[in-house]
Amino acid sequence: MKHGFFGGIHPDDGKRYSAASPITPLPPPAQVVIPVSMHIGAPCKPVVQKGDKVKLGQLIAETTGFVAAPIHSSVSGTVAAVEPRLHPNGQKVMSIVIDNDGLDTPDESIRSHKEELEADPHALLELVKAGGIVGMGGATFPTHVKISSGLGKVDTMIVNAAECEPYITADQRILMEQPDQVLGGIRYLMRMLDLPEAVLAVEGNKPDAIAGLKKRLTPGCGIRLHVLRTRYPQGAEKQLIQSVTGRQVPPGGLPADVACIVFNAFTCWSVNCLVEEGMPSIQRVVTVSGPGVAAPSNFLCRVGTPVSALVEAAGGLKDDVDKVLLGGPMMGNAIFDLSVPVIKGTNAVLGLMPEQNRAAEDPVCIRCGRCVAACPMHLQPLYLYAAERKGEIPELERLHITDCIECGCCAYVCPGRLQLVQAFKDGKVQVKNKK
Amino acid sequence: MDQEKEKQKLLSISVSPHIRSDEGTRSIMLDVLIALVPALGVSAYMFGFRAILVTLVSCAACVFFEWAYRKLLKKPQSIGNLSAMVTGTLLAYCLPVIIPLWILIIGDFFAIVVVKELFGGLGKNFMNPALAGRAFLFSWPVAMNTWMVPLSYTGFFHLSTADAVTHATPLAEMSSGKLPEGVTLLQSFLGQVGGSLGEVSTFALLLGAIYLLIRRVITLHIPLSFLLTAAVLSFLFPQGNDHFLWTAWQLCSGGVILGALFMANDYATSPVNPRAQIVYGVGCGLLTVFIRRFGAYAEGVSYAILIMNATVWLLDKAFPPKRFGAVREKKGKEAAK
Ligand code: SF4
Ligand code: SF4
Repeated sequence: MKHGFFGGIHPDDGKRYSAASPITPLPPPAQVVIPVSMHIGAPCKPVVQKGDKVKLGQLIAETTGFVAAPIHSSVSGTVAAVEPRLHPNGQKVMSIVIDNDGLDTPDESIRSHKEELEADPHALLELVKAGGIVGMGGATFPTHVKISSGLGKVDTMIVNAAECEPYITADQRILMEQPDQVLGGIRYLMRMLDLPEAVLAVEGNKPDAIAGLKKRLTPGCGIRLHVLRTRYPQGAEKQLIQSVTGRQVPPGGLPADVACIVFNAFTCWSVNCLVEEGMPSIQRVVTVSGPGVAAPSNFLCRVGTPVSALVEAAGGLKDDVDKVLLGGPMMGNAIFDLSVPVIKGTNAVLGLMPEQNRAAEDPVCIRCGRCVAACPMHLQPLYLYAAERKGEIPELERLHITDCIECGCCAYVCPGRLQLVQAFKDGKVQVKNKK
Repeated sequence: MDQEKEKQKLLSISVSPHIRSDEGTRSIMLDVLIALVPALGVSAYMFGFRAILVTLVSCAACVFFEWAYRKLLKKPQSIGNLSAMVTGTLLAYCLPVIIPLWILIIGDFFAIVVVKELFGGLGKNFMNPALAGRAFLFSWPVAMNTWMVPLSYTGFFHLSTADAVTHATPLAEMSSGKLPEGVTLLQSFLGQVGGSLGEVSTFALLLGAIYLLIRRVITLHIPLSFLLTAAVLSFLFPQGNDHFLWTAWQLCSGGVILGALFMANDYATSPVNPRAQIVYGVGCGLLTVFIRRFGAYAEGVSYAILIMNATVWLLDKAFPPKRFGAVREKKGKEAAK
């Protein structure tokens, strides 16, 4: 059965820049900066002090609440400082700075958990919790919380390899180069959730990855390949569930409300890595790409690596580059300082050129209705915008501003160049403050 | 290192999304102008160079009024978005070719200054400027009802209107309850028929509309619901015996096509929600047929659209998109309890 979602857009996917570049391991930097907040939820509390010796994979910050994920050292060496440092979100956040001794001496806790899981597949939950695994697609929601909320409620597990944001090829490359690791992670998660089947959803613009997966995924193997139409935001959780199952997550609800659970493909890879090698979440694949980058590439790098090191490894920025983004061009953040570190959710570093920024000095809504036609959440962006400008909070609520997923489709299509997403972010804050 | 620092300082910061479609207001308006060119070509062939002159004068006047108004009020200039040219062209298209130029310019003034700019400019006006301008010009009923016979010009560049051959349009004949005589339906379809400057050639207008559909400047919601409603009603309640001929004539004359494809779906003055657009289109079609049959005017399209313009905010409110996940809202809440 074919399903789809309403709206969406077809931007130039820009995958050509980096799709052919194999994942290159980036040498760990001389110093890593690891913020204690790399997930949605309560920040962690550091458990090491300046001067402490730490090993690769050692716990360095523990959780303070349920919705949180612990943090591990991504190198071995000495703690140089525990102090606020610039975070990719633009603010100073408590961070653990570690001088790398270059030895990568693993922590004693690092060992394979395969046998344990064979005896009891449900031990995975505790393992994932201790391993600090979060949604690696960028949302960074702690994976163990997701599993707990879905336990016993879900009938469909979807693995999100849509990678619908332009330019990013991290998931695409991992599916091409290490499909067995991804599929392995999927199987561990399926057993954890007692599900006989999982759906691996890939956008149609990754033919190489799809061809490789088709060979591996024979009918009856428990993992079904679902090729999605190439359309942004196909990989947004609610839209993905709708595309695969036809179900709509209720307003304010969770995927579990419609018996679904979604994991990002790289999260599955990380789960596999955790089970088979015992390595917690300390590394990830990052795409460094875009027209503003000299030699677009994909790297496997340690969490805490400065963005500048990645950019340098990709040949540096072009002289007239306009913006550097962490994440995709539709939902990513622009950064002004390249010293910020790669964190668990950083899937891309992009350099964009000035001509891609089509801002207008005097944005005017011409009521063309394109934003309505593009909004995958069935909202009316032009009216939301007008209400936000007038500060009409009840009107914002009547128009369901909290349903907005900030996907940016409306602003992308808007010929009047209105800063719609900015207005909705502000509007949500207003609505929240009022309550 | 210093150089590196320099570079970092220059990085721009803004909220997502960081890429945008290359279609802006200006490119959309340009597409509309392009789509209107075939109709002008046919009109020039039928009525001579005066058709082009009237259109150009109308555009120039609209651009001038918009520029002058914004200059006087010290508002940011907006003529660069080409919407004034679209208004100028559309207003010219729904007037007789031999309209005196001074009347035309009054219409342009009314359309741009009173209907569009006084309400805040593009996107904020609630009435279609071209149609409102045209309605205003009925203060000069004789000039507005003098139609030139196609191909009756003495020389292509002969601009004087004194010796133009005038006659009744098919629409006027139909309003007295009978099918037009002396012209064939095919002639009317191609444009060899009396009527307003840009509305005579159904064929040329369809060509332009197809271009706009391909360029995704317009959608079918409003035009199709408008035309289908008008067609069904004309077919069910024809005057004369031939259902098909009557319907075809109704659709091919009196600006139904121009109205449905280029005026009713004017962005600023039509609903943005798809379901509201369909209701609005149906309303336009209903009113058109109703006014033609029972109204004092032979022509119903422009008044039908102007009346529906007034309902736009209501329709948008009454027919919002269905909330995502709302069908299951209750179930979800119960499950959560
Ligand atoms: S897309 Fe932009 S110009 Fe068009 S209706 Fe929406 S906000 Fe207005
Ligand atoms: S950013 Fe919000 S309003 Fe705009 S298209 Fe996405 S969900 Fe709709």
